[in-house]
Amino acid sequence: MEALIFDVKRFAVHDGPGLRTTIFFKGCPLSCLWCHNPESQSFNIEVCKAERKVGDRTTFYDKEMGYFSSVESLMDIIRKDSLYFEESGGGVTFSGGEPMMQIDFLLAVLMKCKEADIHTAVDTSGFASWDSFQKIMPYTDLFLFDIKHIDSEKHRLLTGVDNSVILDNLSKITNFGKKVWIRIPAIPTCNTDDNSISNIIHFIAQLKSDAISQINILPFHKLANHKYSNLGLQNCLTGINEPTSDEIQAIKQKFEILRIPILTKG
Amino acid sequence: MNNRIKLLRQATLDAQETISTERAQLMTQFYKSEEAFAVSLPVRRALSFDYLMTNKALCINANELIVGERGPKPKSTPTYPEVSLHTVKDLDILDEREKVFFKVSQHDKDIYQQEIIPYWKGKSNRDKIMAALPQQWKDAYDAGVFTEFQEQRAPGHTVAGKKIFDKGLKDLIAEVDQSLDKIDYINDTRAHDKSEMLKAMRIAATAIIKYAHRNADELMKMAALEDDDTRKEELVRMSEICRCVPENAPQSFHQALQHYWFFHLGVITELNPWDSFNPGRLDQNLYKYYRHDIDNNIITVDQAKELLMSFWVKFNNHPAPPKMGVTALESNTYTDFALINVGGVKPDGSDATNELTYLILDVIEEMRLLQPSSMVQISKKNPDRLVKRALKIVKTGFGQPSMFNTDALVQEMIRQGKDIVDARNGGCSGCVETGAFGTEAYWLTGYFNLTKILELTLNNGFDKRTKKHIGLKTGELSQLDTFEKLMLAYNNQINHFATIKLMGNNIIERVIAENITAPFLSLIVDDCISSGIDYNRGGARYNTSYIQGVGLGSVTDNLTALRYHVYENKTISLQELKQAIDNNFVNNYALRETLIFDTPKYGNDDDYADDQARAVFEMFFNAIDNKPSTRGGKYRINLLPTTCHVYFGSVIGAMPDGRLAGEPLSEGISPVQGADKCGPTAVLNSAAKLDHIRTGGTLLNQKFTPAFFNDESAYDKLTAVVRSYFRMDGHHIQFNVIDADTLRDAQKNPEKYKNLIVRVAGYSDYFNDLGTDLQNEIINRTEHENC
Repeated sequence: MEALIFDVKRFAVHDGPGLRTTIFFKGCPLSCLWCHNPESQSFNIEVCKAERKVGDRTTFYDKEMGYFSSVESLMDIIRKDSLYFEESGGGVTFSGGEPMMQIDFLLAVLMKCKEADIHTAVDTSGFASWDSFQKIMPYTDLFLFDIKHIDSEKHRLLTGVDNSVILDNLSKITNFGKKVWIRIPAIPTCNTDDNSISNIIHFIAQLKSDAISQINILPFHKLANHKYSNLGLQNCLTGINEPTSDEIQAIKQKFEILRIPILTKG
Repeated sequence: MNNRIKLLRQATLDAQETISTERAQLMTQFYKSEEAFAVSLPVRRALSFDYLMTNKALCINANELIVGERGPKPKSTPTYPEVSLHTVKDLDILDEREKVFFKVSQHDKDIYQQEIIPYWKGKSNRDKIMAALPQQWKDAYDAGVFTEFQEQRAPGHTVAGKKIFDKGLKDLIAEVDQSLDKIDYINDTRAHDKSEMLKAMRIAATAIIKYAHRNADELMKMAALEDDDTRKEELVRMSEICRCVPENAPQSFHQALQHYWFFHLGVITELNPWDSFNPGRLDQNLYKYYRHDIDNNIITVDQAKELLMSFWVKFNNHPAPPKMGVTALESNTYTDFALINVGGVKPDGSDATNELTYLILDVIEEMRLLQPSSMVQISKKNPDRLVKRALKIVKTGFGQPSMFNTDALVQEMIRQGKDIVDARNGGCSGCVETGAFGTEAYWLTGYFNLTKILELTLNNGFDKRTKKHIGLKTGELSQLDTFEKLMLAYNNQINHFATIKLMGNNIIERVIAENITAPFLSLIVDDCISSGIDYNRGGARYNTSYIQGVGLGSVTDNLTALRYHVYENKTISLQELKQAIDNNFVNNYALRETLIFDTPKYGNDDDYADDQARAVFEMFFNAIDNKPSTRGGKYRINLLPTTCHVYFGSVIGAMPDGRLAGEPLSEGISPVQGADKCGPTAVLNSAAKLDHIRTGGTLLNQKFTPAFFNDESAYDKLTAVVRSYFRMDGHHIQFNVIDADTLRDAQKNPEKYKNLIVRVAGYSDYFNDLGTDLQNEIINRTEHENC
């Protein structure tokens, strides 16, 4: 069995507790306007323009984005940092893209991780079947679960998909007592207005409270702009500015009513 | 930091490095006297030390609490003509060079020309070493295959144990007398040597007591003239302290610091030993006095801190003696490598941290001085608090303290055959060198250019730069048709040059033994007194000689490039690659790009590359380890560079890893600058594939941007990184926290960054004092961005 992966990042410090290795699956059913990993969206291997520098000379070449990886070869990389996981209370995070789109592989690798006593986190958009969630829940210690918007029409405009299945899944996994970190991208003009924020807060408030152990507010950033042009993709959010730290603080303050620890980066 | 400390700190920062001819003149006067040659060598050395301590000018600086300067004023640095004689041209260079200069007045140059040079020419230890060494050694030295530590400086590389903090010189003299009484003049054929050595130790001990009393007298005179009542009282108290220590064992915290300082001055005045001298496990050695004074309300914590800070300034007043030529290149810095150790374990193996550990860390953070350097020893038994406290200081960006793995150090020393208690009482000094404090003479003898030897292998033993055939004829390129044959040829060349280096060392050790006895240092290090043998002749309980391998990352990447492209994938022929490197890759960008980007590299936790690191480690280890030295000890290996990776790179042409001619090599066991692409855990895992326990020290630098520390959880995460590396037996790790933009700005506007201290390799230095090459290299080192 193989999965299409586009990157493995070791020493990841914001994708869950402790020091982690994050595996980025390629392919996503969503196409969020602000996506900072546009190379993660397509389910195919793409060719991207890349440059490399030797001294003053820069050359350009075509770089293949994405490769197929077996469970074993992924486990080999994950195991390399198991000491750091142990010392820091870290582990492995499956991210993407949408890892749940390659559910059989995800399940297989999660089972292997649990066999090796490695803490597992799945970073998901939530846009997957409940059946898929049920499969992986026994082997997943933590979900990093995105809420992008509560209004389903807005959600469709911003991400290309309806949010009802997403919110439904979130309610269900919290009811099951799974540990969840909620991640909210803060995208000016998209979801940072008072109403959008307040709806998100209300939604979280009605979830089973002890399941949510952290809220991450992820400020929009423009670092991915060059990725769009290198991939020959259109960037739909070029006109938006990064939120100021004051704006982020203001959003954070609103969330404090939930009495859940809040981190403003991720 | 109170006002006194602010003033003292500013004064030491403002003091200019100069050369003082005082010591050279006094030594010359003494050596010209009849008395000097009526006695044995050890006694002559002791009498010359007595002459120095009796006649050198006293220097008591405004506001200070600890007294005693090596020169007539702070940073006024003596020369040691009996060890190495500077020419007038040398003095011109020292005076005029842009970095690490020492100002020399015309008057002093004239003194050198008229008094010093005429007497010492041909008589210095250096002259004798050079006369004794064979041509083969000189050719390899000139080619940059290795360096030689003892060529301009006396061996030192030793650290105070607890003994000198607990005993007065009176006690040591009693031990000397006891040892003298025990000499068996009938059955011991070395009885006379021993009695002369012990007599010399007695003279040296008395000399430093006299010097302390001279300071006591001077302080009383100053007190009489002092208008300020508070200072007057202080001067009287300081005078009383100098009357008491180092003759008697200290009775208070203040006395203990002054006591050590006299020992320190004695060691660095007697000779110019490497790594100056070092109070070692300061939080352990001083704790008894600290506890006593605090519990009995003799001093407050603030006063203890003020005394420590005052003590810190004394180190900074004493730059390393001026180095020249290759010695200046291999260790180009004012720092003299006194490395304060805190933390670690007690003699019984339990957690050694105490209140003073943390107070000393506060002092380190606030003082931010080049000297003394500082480190924390971290055992699995020490609390995370210690690691986090150290990381908080590291975050402030001046490259201190570095972090050492106590559990690994102890294992290293046990492997070398040391007693477990001696091992637990040890630590690291200099950059990263392991030693048993108070009982070991562990001499660094020179850097060994692992990458240069590969270049020589690729040229069948011929050095293109010096145009001499200096290596073995291990085969033309056409004969090296398998990777195994290449590795065998390289191994043979390593053995060849190791043999030359060891042979040279054994000659040099004998020249030192016959010329530069160190009776004062011998009082300090066990078991010189009980054995009656000089420190420089193997009198210490343990005698280790280290050879330090340089460029492990570079040579690994070179061998890996050859294995991957030439021997396994056969995409490049050896001849083609050789031609490209001989041409320094001119018009061969594509090949160079392939070598840099499309080749496995050390530092990425990739066994394909790391296997070569392991192989080179074994070759180097087998060539050196356990060979006997003339002092009755053994040779061991280290992997550290100080600044030698820059010099060693400058003597090597372009290489198969894509490195251009003359560029610096990798430092310590760090990857080649920019070659690590998989983050710090991958670097550490690669580094941990080497067997650190079979070395006497390895050096690993990791650079982080300040942004990484914005999040409080960063401290927990880095603590986990340190703990993990140490669980894998990693010896040392150092974090450098400064962003590249700041460094670039500092390079452009040095005047704005006078006090910018950065980590170099096992020590920190002023960024402005580094050569441009080294500055560039530090800027280029991998930055681990906020992930």
